[in-house]
Amino acid sequence: MKILVYVKQVPDTDDVKLDPKTGNIMREGVASKLNPLDANAVEAAIRLKEKYGAQVCAISMGPPQAEDVLKKALALGCDEAYLLSDRAFGGADTLATSYTLAMAARKIGDYDLLLFGRHAVDGDTAQTGPATAAQLGIPQITLASSIDVQDGYVICDRVLETCTQKVRARLPALVTVTGEINTPRYPKPINIMKALKKPRFVWNAEDLGADKTQTGIPGSPSSTKEVLEPPKRNADTKYFSGSTEEIAAQLADMLHDEHLI
Amino acid sequence: MAKEDYKGIWVFAEQQNGVLNPAVLEILAKALELKAHTGEELTAVLLGDGVSSLAETLFAYGADSVILAEDRALASYSARPYEAALTQLAEKYKPSIILYAATSLGRDLAPRMMVSLKTGLTADAIDLGFDRDEVFYQTTPAYGGSILAHIVILEARPQMATVRPMMFEPIEPRTGAAGKLIAETVDVSADPDYEVLETAPKQDTGDAIEGAQVIIAGGRGIKDQADLEPLKELASLLDGKLAASRPLVDNGWLPHEKQIGQSGTTVKPKFIFNIAISGSVQYQVGMQNAGCVISVNHTKGAPIFDISHYGVVGDYKTVIPALVAEIKNRKV
Repeated sequence: MKILVYVKQVPDTDDVKLDPKTGNIMREGVASKLNPLDANAVEAAIRLKEKYGAQVCAISMGPPQAEDVLKKALALGCDEAYLLSDRAFGGADTLATSYTLAMAARKIGDYDLLLFGRHAVDGDTAQTGPATAAQLGIPQITLASSIDVQDGYVICDRVLETCTQKVRARLPALVTVTGEINTPRYPKPINIMKALKKPRFVWNAEDLGADKTQTGIPGSPSSTKEVLEPPKRNADTKYFSGSTEEIAAQLADMLHDEHLI
Repeated sequence: MAKEDYKGIWVFAEQQNGVLNPAVLEILAKALELKAHTGEELTAVLLGDGVSSLAETLFAYGADSVILAEDRALASYSARPYEAALTQLAEKYKPSIILYAATSLGRDLAPRMMVSLKTGLTADAIDLGFDRDEVFYQTTPAYGGSILAHIVILEARPQMATVRPMMFEPIEPRTGAAGKLIAETVDVSADPDYEVLETAPKQDTGDAIEGAQVIIAGGRGIKDQADLEPLKELASLLDGKLAASRPLVDNGWLPHEKQIGQSGTTVKPKFIFNIAISGSVQYQVGMQNAGCVISVNHTKGAPIFDISHYGVVGDYKTVIPALVAEIKNRKV
């Protein structure tokens, strides 16, 4: 079984600063990390590998620094890593991103299972996974809270708004996982060392045979036209102050007046 | 084909088991505002099997017309047959805008439509409108919620977005409103590679924050899982539910169902306590319709105070246990 697990490097903070002139995100000096839900996807891949045997390929699209998250994926047990990096990929929306990610899957070839985190904590669209499945014309299971592979099918539980489902999709298929699916392990120091010896590839648009009108900004129908400060609602806030006990008493009075206690 | 040739506003009328998702009616209300601006026809697109009676509801809530495509392969939702059916309809009618509810189903289907129609799709919009250049925009919180972005799809058509539920009020239903019902035949077959094996109603653990009247929510300022205990105690004293902003879910202390905000649940409780939550836009969109907002934060300028009725600038680690003690005293 060949598993492709897609990982994204995201800023390690919510306090992202904007360039006041351009409105663009200021990435300089901002630490980055593996998107938390992608860690669940990596863990799911590794557990399937431990159970059934598999070749696990970690894939990330991003600038050269995105190698860090691929190294982490290798240290966690992935077998090889692919960095899709090219200026032509920059500024991609989810359509252009899914095109590029699908081209990588095609080039690696013979894939059985593609794994994604349900969403990235920075962009938060949850679109890239299903869009990549559509690019490849394969079935998808979104919001998986469990995963197993049996007889050529991937079988997952899904937790939806009002019900839970058990579903199966014939391989090859794509699955997006929730945070509840597992608890990601920490890489062992010895494996961090070993990871450095595992195969790592860097592919640009030409390596992928990608049509550059479908990647990056040219391949992105959507764009940000304007950024705005959120409207201030300026509620007339009543503040409680004093000693801790005085604050607690005022809060309790208020709760009493509101008939909550 | 030129983009000007695409006409009409479509709302995907998500239904399951013959029941419309309530968010469809909210989106129809917003789409009526868009229609007032462009004058284009508002169409609800209804896929399923034996669901034609829902058309009446869609007319009552604002649709000028309903495109109905019924097929056994569409009886229950499955991504690829729905993608195929909706793609055929969109290619035939060429609408300018397609809106989906940002539900688990809508967010499963819409990205596939983006690929099959080769167009743009904005995720989880909290507002829609036309700007001063007459460009259709979708508003989403961006960059950690510190700002709002207007996303646009300048050239590709249709312009698509998933729209966050509970952002708009449905209109008062227009009784006896009639519209144009267009029955369409689509060429689809059931997906041989995808199967729902079991469906069960969600077990009510009694912990659900959706529909809760009182919510005690903790956020990033809580640095130790043990510090959640006083919040739980306060929740139980006030017959409320414990919830969280994203950081406490990201670090695994609470499950995703407990998350309020853009990538979590939208709540509308009578009372919400925000404990050590700074109040990013992404959090606020999940709770801004709460009746009474009470916030405890050590930072005086935290944005959460802008939307709070009551505020305490202080350390939740002392304030909350003191409040718990005070309530217990008064109950004796």
